[in-house]
Amino acid sequence: MAEKTLPPVDVVVVGSGWAGSIMAKELCEAGLSVVMLERGGRRSTARDGAYPSSLDELEGAVRYKLFQNPAQTTVTVRNRIDQEAVPYRRLAAFLPGAGVGGAGLHWTGVHFRAPPQDLRLRSRITERYGRNFIPEGMNLQDYGVTYEELEPFFDRAEKVFGTSGEAYTIKGKKTGTGNVFAPDRSDNFPLPALRDVYTAHLFRHAAAEAGYHPYAMPAANASQPYTNPYGTQMGPCNFCGYCSDYACYMYAKASPNVNIMPALRRHENFTLRSNAHVLKVLLDSTGKKATGVVYQDAEGNHITQPAGLVILAAFQFHNVHLMLLSGIGKAYDPVANTGTVGRNFTYQNITNSTVWMPPTRSTDQFIGSAGGVAIDDFNSDNFDHGPLGFIGGSPLWVNQAGVKPIAGAKANIPGVPRWGSAWKKAAVETYRHSFTINAQGSNMAYRDVYLDLDPTWRTSYGQPMLRMTFDWKENDIRMNRYVIGQLANVVKALGAQDAHYGMREPGKPFDVREYQTTHLCGGAVMGEDPKTSALNRYLQSWDVSNVFVVGANAFPQGMGYNPTGLVAALAYWSAHHIRTQWLKGNGGPLVAL
Amino acid sequence: MPDMPHRPHSAAQQMPDAPTPPARSPATLTAPASAPTATRRRVVQGLGTGAAALALSQAATAPSAQAASTQNTLGTQPPAPPDAAGAPHGPRFFSPAEFAFLRAACERIFPTDALSPGAIALGVPEFIDGQMDTPWGRGELWYMQGPHRPDAADNLGYQLPYSPQQIYKIGLSGVITWVQQTHQAAFETLPPETQDTVLRALEHNATQFDGHPVSLPAKTFFEQLRADTIEGAFSDPIHGGNRHMAGWLIMGFPGARGDYMDWVDRYDTPYPYGPVSISGESAEHG
Repeated sequence: MAEKTLPPVDVVVVGSGWAGSIMAKELCEAGLSVVMLERGGRRSTARDGAYPSSLDELEGAVRYKLFQNPAQTTVTVRNRIDQEAVPYRRLAAFLPGAGVGGAGLHWTGVHFRAPPQDLRLRSRITERYGRNFIPEGMNLQDYGVTYEELEPFFDRAEKVFGTSGEAYTIKGKKTGTGNVFAPDRSDNFPLPALRDVYTAHLFRHAAAEAGYHPYAMPAANASQPYTNPYGTQMGPCNFCGYCSDYACYMYAKASPNVNIMPALRRHENFTLRSNAHVLKVLLDSTGKKATGVVYQDAEGNHITQPAGLVILAAFQFHNVHLMLLSGIGKAYDPVANTGTVGRNFTYQNITNSTVWMPPTRSTDQFIGSAGGVAIDDFNSDNFDHGPLGFIGGSPLWVNQAGVKPIAGAKANIPGVPRWGSAWKKAAVETYRHSFTINAQGSNMAYRDVYLDLDPTWRTSYGQPMLRMTFDWKENDIRMNRYVIGQLANVVKALGAQDAHYGMREPGKPFDVREYQTTHLCGGAVMGEDPKTSALNRYLQSWDVSNVFVVGANAFPQGMGYNPTGLVAALAYWSAHHIRTQWLKGNGGPLVAL
Repeated sequence: MPDMPHRPHSAAQQMPDAPTPPARSPATLTAPASAPTATRRRVVQGLGTGAAALALSQAATAPSAQAASTQNTLGTQPPAPPDAAGAPHGPRFFSPAEFAFLRAACERIFPTDALSPGAIALGVPEFIDGQMDTPWGRGELWYMQGPHRPDAADNLGYQLPYSPQQIYKIGLSGVITWVQQTHQAAFETLPPETQDTVLRALEHNATQFDGHPVSLPAKTFFEQLRADTIEGAFSDPIHGGNRHMAGWLIMGFPGARGDYMDWVDRYDTPYPYGPVSISGESAEHG
């Protein structure tokens, strides 16, 4: 193993997913020399999404071709502070990406804006229900940025992603039949909504009959051929059903690889290094200024890359991990209730329900896209929580991104044996005639749910592993059960033959063995108070002013919507302020203390 | 190879008004439904019995030129897929006794019945044998470093020090001995009902198998076997299982067709076409 120091550059970007690609593009446009470091290998749609070889469920969704290999680095998990955490040895509950494009290559493409009230949730709840409505131990916080401030950046991201959707209002004027709960927009979606697959069509009509407000889910799957503002091209989604877990062979699903990298590579001041695993951010003797990063290359060499500006844009928990390993900010201590790095770690509160339609019609679950039909009647603060006594909500939707047969056959069917002829028959009938309705809910932050460094286990790079302390809390369990209760009205209108309602069970702890979602949030959150946030409202570290930390780590709590739309908008927001303010100043804090 | 900024829209060829699927699609290898080829007739007939399906495997799985391009960097595929040379072969990883148990157990998990041929006819045992010699089989896709806490709460996930290869070696050695002790016979010679009783006992963790440094709970072995049987029955035939796409046929899954542009909103018509595989094999729904 050799050690080497490279010539300095203006910017190091850690991670090549959406956040890193957006930041790199913006900073290259500003004329800065940018080195992007990606811990995984090179990936491209041309190779990793080749047709037909990439339409392989075993390789893509079972052996996790595009995902992080836990053998290299993983986390430890426990439910309670008095337990010993143990390693997450096999991927299951959540699936972080690795390789160029990060999770942006294998995501589904559901592309939401954040509800305005979610961005200032503490203020909203306090105003509407009073301060005592917030339970003891819940760290409910505002983002420190408003929807109105972010709107131009949501708009920018949708145009770069080629997002398909239907507006409800544009500049205050009703223009379409989109989501009645959606905030006002400055412009329409760049592409019309994707067509409803059969099951989404069923859900749309049943939800309307039940008195709710169905809408087409916004999706970064191009409903038509599209050229984005960077001049990169997308093909039209053909509903092949290989969205989640795969690179889209149609070039229809937005990814950093398709939508940004081709333009980024044209910048002569841009360099991408793959198989470069960043070990830590280097700080000067004051601990207040980053001098670069050190990474391990594929041969095991330790390379120092000096830089004037460090952008952490790895996956949510890797950003937090790097901050803890580097000593950026103070590590959170849940007992003393001090420090901010690791604080407000949240997840997403998703449960899945299955409905069986009569056997006269196949549900064709293999057809799919990131589109679908949702209702927001029970999401966010769109309903009166006063009599209910919990905070948060959940959209309900049919988001059929293509169910393949291994996943279909592995699904547990209540009341049926798990193997043998009776199972085969039930598995076939379920695959052919059922479909899934998801309740993808918010998850609040709590004092004893957090991230820190594990005392026992180490990554393959010899560093302490990140430790997750996470469990479901009463507020979130009650929210989920309330929303699932409302789903019964939709199921009744569907004319379903049978239904299994998936919901949180009180006393059943977070289980790493079942896939839930990769929407992990928080741990290094943005905010207006350095005592409760690691980052200011521009995603700049309060403590080290030339480090910006971009990703879902910045969310103070988990929302019902998918995080990528907000991650992308926050990246453009942060980059805008780096370009217009930070670069013109002395490199100090953008928010004075 | 990088994504090209101005790649031609080959994807646009798949617009709904396009008269034929794109040339690179294996769907083009499907003859019109009105004129089934000899190969497909044999495939369909072959699905009737496991033995017939096995006998016809050489004719029906002749790989197309595309198969050569399907090798992947992950190494999911075994180095030489079963039947690549058209001749049945013995297991590469498992001993004959282990393989005899494996065949019989897979067949009870995914039995031959009125719906379809069973796991043996589908090549599931050969699929599992092949998967042992992959990065996954060797445990290279799991975090394997100690210390290990086998007694941690179940909901915190797998904590044993064993790779899939080791789970099978310990589990098979243990279960063969256990069945011999409890039934005075080899598992594969027992009547199906008795085999089911044994498998149910494994599923409910009725015993554990000796391993070093820790024993292997029977349910861990069973769950691995069940998951791998399902994967062998329903994964693309390039991996050695799902022979003649018999698993996909019962599910109504069209395989690697990957283009439903014309079928998204035909709400009165279920999707009509049978599956195609990555290598270009096709079949019609019976």
